[in-house]
Amino acid sequence: MMIEYQNIFTRVQVHGPDDLGVPMKPGNWPREKGITTNWLLGIIGDAQLGPIYIGGIGIMSLLCGFIAIEIIGLNMLASVNWNPIQFVRQLFWLGLEPPPAKYGLALAPLREGGWWQMAGFFLTISILLWWVRTYRRARALGMGTHIAWAFAAAIWLYLVLGFIRPLLMGNFSEAVPFGIFPHLDWTAAFSIRYGNLFYNPFHMLSIAFLYGSALLFAMHGATILSVSRLGGEREIEQIIDRGTASERAALFWRWTMGFNATMESIHRWAWWFAVLCPLVGGIGILLTGTVVDNWYLWSVKHGVAPMYPFDLTAPIVDPATAQ
Amino acid sequence: MKLSATTLTASLLVTVIAVLLIIPMMLQWERPPMESTQLGFRGLGMDKITNPRLAEKVKAANPLPTPDDPVPNDGVLVKDDKENYKNVQVLGDLDTAQFNRLMGAITLWVAPQEGDNASCAYCHNVENMASDEIYTKVVARRMLQMTRAINTQYKSHVAETGVTCYTCHRGQPVPANVWATNPGPKQAGGMAASRDGQNLAGQPVPAFSSLPYDPFTTLLNKPAEVIRVQATTALPGGTGSDIKATEKTYALMMHMSTALGQNCTFCHNTRAFSNWEQSRPQRVTAWHGIQMVRDINSTYIGSLTDVFPANRKGPEGDVYKTNCATCHNGVNKPLYGFSMAKSYPELSVPNP
Repeated sequence: MMIEYQNIFTRVQVHGPDDLGVPMKPGNWPREKGITTNWLLGIIGDAQLGPIYIGGIGIMSLLCGFIAIEIIGLNMLASVNWNPIQFVRQLFWLGLEPPPAKYGLALAPLREGGWWQMAGFFLTISILLWWVRTYRRARALGMGTHIAWAFAAAIWLYLVLGFIRPLLMGNFSEAVPFGIFPHLDWTAAFSIRYGNLFYNPFHMLSIAFLYGSALLFAMHGATILSVSRLGGEREIEQIIDRGTASERAALFWRWTMGFNATMESIHRWAWWFAVLCPLVGGIGILLTGTVVDNWYLWSVKHGVAPMYPFDLTAPIVDPATAQ
Repeated sequence: MKLSATTLTASLLVTVIAVLLIIPMMLQWERPPMESTQLGFRGLGMDKITNPRLAEKVKAANPLPTPDDPVPNDGVLVKDDKENYKNVQVLGDLDTAQFNRLMGAITLWVAPQEGDNASCAYCHNVENMASDEIYTKVVARRMLQMTRAINTQYKSHVAETGVTCYTCHRGQPVPANVWATNPGPKQAGGMAASRDGQNLAGQPVPAFSSLPYDPFTTLLNKPAEVIRVQATTALPGGTGSDIKATEKTYALMMHMSTALGQNCTFCHNTRAFSNWEQSRPQRVTAWHGIQMVRDINSTYIGSLTDVFPANRKGPEGDVYKTNCATCHNGVNKPLYGFSMAKSYPELSVPNP
């Protein structure tokens, strides 16, 4: 049976008696009773679906999220004159834009960004309530709150982009539109406006943590799968009770790169890399426009951007200054 | 080895996803090999990537014209032959032989079609050639002035190559690539959010992105908004524009790339778009082109607003104007640099 773990796809499904979880402390709503098992779900994760816990905060969060999505979706539908076919065809292009610059931080008229402000408000409430939910559910199970704080790092980046930075800039027109391509085009325009975000050192750090996260994820996943025939999947127990899987995996990395993480530290590496990605990214966004207006020129000033040899015999001069 | 149902399903899923990805790939993407030309210092990614198969199609769509043979002068100026030439306001200084050669050429360039209202009759009342009763004659007169203005005042853009009517018209009364203010398809209106001039699918102007679909009205006409959006100082000093203005500039640049069949690095070192010292000389030519287009759209074409009938105007009632694609038609030098104007020197003199 152990050999099955060596496959790169999941080939083992556990279908046992329903697992209801640990008993609930007073003050919690009861978990939903409905439990089912699903073979397709078992391919990508646990075959057991449920029990789901919703609770008051969960209901509030879903409701606010629904209102936000509804405002965004209906305004997108209105932008194609309520034509459902065009809505589907153009969905990736449609958007809901923040107010124009003239309204500053004031409440804008509905058709000129007011709906964007309202959608942003409800989406933010929804996300914050969902954070409370991740915190409280972890506590209810007697877990640590690592997941909630990792989620908070992502929320930090979201709040910087849509709320904190616009507040500091004194203008909601600086915020991100809702929509698939509109928010991507905004990102490109944001980088161009502020002189190339690749020269923003916090952006550099964020990319390092993003790619680093992917690398660590691949290294760790591969390591555990490769020693699973030796019991390596019991990695957490092996933090304190090292077995042969742990020792072989550690030796493999010492052989190949001279150093190995431990069964404990690899998870801290992963958590910090993932958390630092949006954390430093958010700092980089927060500094853009507020304290640095052109990252390329800032980099030239601080000796970060190298100069390349250009044809100095025929220098290019701004024609507007030659007039 | 026995295949379990799970493995089978997983393989099936992967196959289906792969097929779904390959179908649009086959239909939409360009196949290799591409030709790459280095345009700037190594390591800067300043390369021009050309698909030779597409370049072949562009070439076929831009056939080179043949100028008419030169004709000897009659020795009589148009303005001195009042008997035969009346109401000639722009070309009066021409020899009558050159005048008639040019009129013949314009017919071929702009209205070569056969029929009652084509050829000479597209502009002239053939019973009374001097009459201004057909609006196209008034337009043509203004366009001659425009052509001369371009060839004499905007050598910074058209150099010695110059332009003729054919550069834009290519045998059609209305050039293929023109623009008028574009309000986009109908929106619900009322208190529903406005799409703010962007976020539409299928828009060729911003290269099919969701960027603004009409950057021309505010950037290629007078009074014009600024195209320069980047801050010119490292620290905040109030020189940059807002992000919505940046998106409009971005859309205009996408139009310029498409119109010239080039990419950003044809003019810019993309690590610092606004920096002139690191740009290529082509950017200076393009800058003068923008000034030229703004000028001809407002001074020459815009002045004809009351002359054009309603069916020759855009949805907002403004006349169809020029952008980069009007002359360039997908080629960085219109007609691959072939100078038709050399054979018609009367189009490269100052207006009287």
